[in-house]
Amino acid sequence: MNRIAACFERLKEQGRQALIPYITAGDPAPGATVPTMHAMVEAGADIIELGIPFSDPMADGPTIQLACERSLKHGTRLLDVLDMVKTFREKDQETPVVLMGYLNPVEVLGYGAFAEQAAAAGVDGALIVDLPPEEAEGEFDQAMKANGLDIIYLLAPTTEESRIEQVCKAGSGYLYYVSVKGVTGSASLDVQAVADKLDVVRKYTNLPVGVGFGIKDAESAKAVSEVAEGVIVGSVLVNKIASLVQQQDEIPAQVSAIVAELRTAMDA
Amino acid sequence: MPIKTDLSTIAQMPDERGHFGPYGGRFVSETLMAALKQLEETYERLWRDPDFQAEFDRDLAHYVGRPSPLYHAVHLTELCGGAQIYLKREDLNHTGAHKVNNTIGQALLAKYTGKPRVIAETGAGQHGVASATVAARLGLECQVYMGAEDVQRQALNVYRMKLLGAEVISVESGTRTLKDAMNEAMRDWVTNVDDTFYIIGTAAGPHPYPKLVRDFQSVIGREARAQCLEQAGRLPDALVACVGGGSNAIGLFHPFIEDGDVRMVGVEAGGYGVESGQHAAPLTAGRPGVLHGNRTYLMEDDAGQILGTHSVSAGLDYPGVGPEHSYLKDTGRAEYVAINDDEAMDAFRTLTRVEGIMPAIESSHAVAHAMKMAKEMDKDQIIVVNLSGRGDKDIHTVAQLDGIQV
Ligand SMILES: Cc1ncc(COP(=O)(O)O)c(C=O)c1O
Repeated sequence: MNRIAACFERLKEQGRQALIPYITAGDPAPGATVPTMHAMVEAGADIIELGIPFSDPMADGPTIQLACERSLKHGTRLLDVLDMVKTFREKDQETPVVLMGYLNPVEVLGYGAFAEQAAAAGVDGALIVDLPPEEAEGEFDQAMKANGLDIIYLLAPTTEESRIEQVCKAGSGYLYYVSVKGVTGSASLDVQAVADKLDVVRKYTNLPVGVGFGIKDAESAKAVSEVAEGVIVGSVLVNKIASLVQQQDEIPAQVSAIVAELRTAMDA
Repeated sequence: MPIKTDLSTIAQMPDERGHFGPYGGRFVSETLMAALKQLEETYERLWRDPDFQAEFDRDLAHYVGRPSPLYHAVHLTELCGGAQIYLKREDLNHTGAHKVNNTIGQALLAKYTGKPRVIAETGAGQHGVASATVAARLGLECQVYMGAEDVQRQALNVYRMKLLGAEVISVESGTRTLKDAMNEAMRDWVTNVDDTFYIIGTAAGPHPYPKLVRDFQSVIGREARAQCLEQAGRLPDALVACVGGGSNAIGLFHPFIEDGDVRMVGVEAGGYGVESGQHAAPLTAGRPGVLHGNRTYLMEDDAGQILGTHSVSAGLDYPGVGPEHSYLKDTGRAEYVAINDDEAMDAFRTLTRVEGIMPAIESSHAVAHAMKMAKEMDKDQIIVVNLSGRGDKDIHTVAQLDGIQV
């Protein structure tokens, strides 16, 4: 069993939900990332989504766009992101790491090379925001499978039922439900609407579902944890990082303090 | 990587998934998939609907002023001393460029789908003006995203859009030009997808945009083909058009794809020179990648980050290009070259002085290359140049280069 499946299995036995924080790799500088990953795990993170910085993050709001810009100022490349995961794995062989980003940096490396090197670095799966199952079919899909990597797909409020079935079939590891129509960091979510949609999703899959976009605080994290197997938070953490650009030593402690707060609320 | 295929196959592209060979496709986040599928279905149905066609044709005739003339530029021809140069006068369209052919079509789609709000991205402002114009006419709310740098250099068009009742949103992110305006428009669309129609201004973006923009713009090539046959008694030897995202070029080229003897030449923005790295010529100097919903030639660094571009012309200042051009390049059916800022400005002045026609700086790139080509060709050969727009919007830029404040 791979790390992602094992993680959800263990949580299920414990009757708990996965807390899945997102940070952009190399934000605000390359040295900040691995210590922050470890600190988040200590504070109760179950899976880490690590963003691959991209110059044109079309599906993200200003928070993550600025994070990409801070990271790219240091020239963070996809290969550097893989190195960060490798370093993280020196101390943590258990916590799943999912890369999240846009296709072009992956395309430049080549799908086969990406999947091989990601697996070798200790990555468990990837969520490529602008790569829907239709376009992943074939080369990307095969490369990921051949290397034992999960492909995490998005579902959205606009995804129709016939398509939900198709996406559920294509995905593995878990599914990422985008709770609001909008970009990351936008409006807050309607938990009832999420619950209704997830009822439909569950008709087609036994995969765990993580819900992201619009989770801002302990209260919304708790509410989502009551309807989904995973709670994904990004912009609140990235905003915290942005506020600490001048005090980078503080980043692991202060970011993980938010993670701990969400964890406490979810487990209460 | 040359793709071997016959002309009728090339003309039939894209396939049902929006792929032009390895290019095109639908690389967007999940939230937009349903809207794109709906747009595709609506478009495929309406494009075959005689009532829709009649309304589109009527608007092109009586609102845009089509057909646009094909003008035999005898003085320019004489100056070059070679092939006969004909200008397809898209500059004479209502709002001053080819862009309106497409916005008329897309606004009709918005109307038929009952969306009360339209958004657009714009570089030079011509597409923004054309969008604001059709929105005013159909009573649609209109917001236009424009890079902050372009808001500066195309101030006249910004004011035109405001007069037309549109709101212009200045985009400060990234390189503050067209690509960033497109990012921001996509973000708006993801957020407001239920009530908003996104009028993309060029033959790029996710399927079905490259196809529908091409179809709406193909009126240029259909007219030019008939006009050339009528005036010269034969088809042209070469077509020349500038390529930003590629809509005026594909509009001219597409109806000629199966006319294998007609050369097609797309002219990209060479900026300070392709060798300087400061340009906007992805087909000439870039490589394939994925941006803004489609796979196509891009300007990117070796880590896959999109590079900033430079062109004196805001409308060509874009790091990508419509996917059909990538396909036409690889199949060898069309060729692509770059013209530098100063060559384009020289052509702007030349055409203005010898023909009394002031071209847009975008179109001046095509004129510049056609002049080079004409010199190498025989007097009995014909070049059709797409004069995609008029230069009124560029007067400030030209004056500034001359050190004059107007
Ligand atoms: C007059 C004119 N020509 C050409 C272009 C470039 O666009 P495209 O390559 O889509 O024709 C523009 C874009 O703003 C324009 O205004």
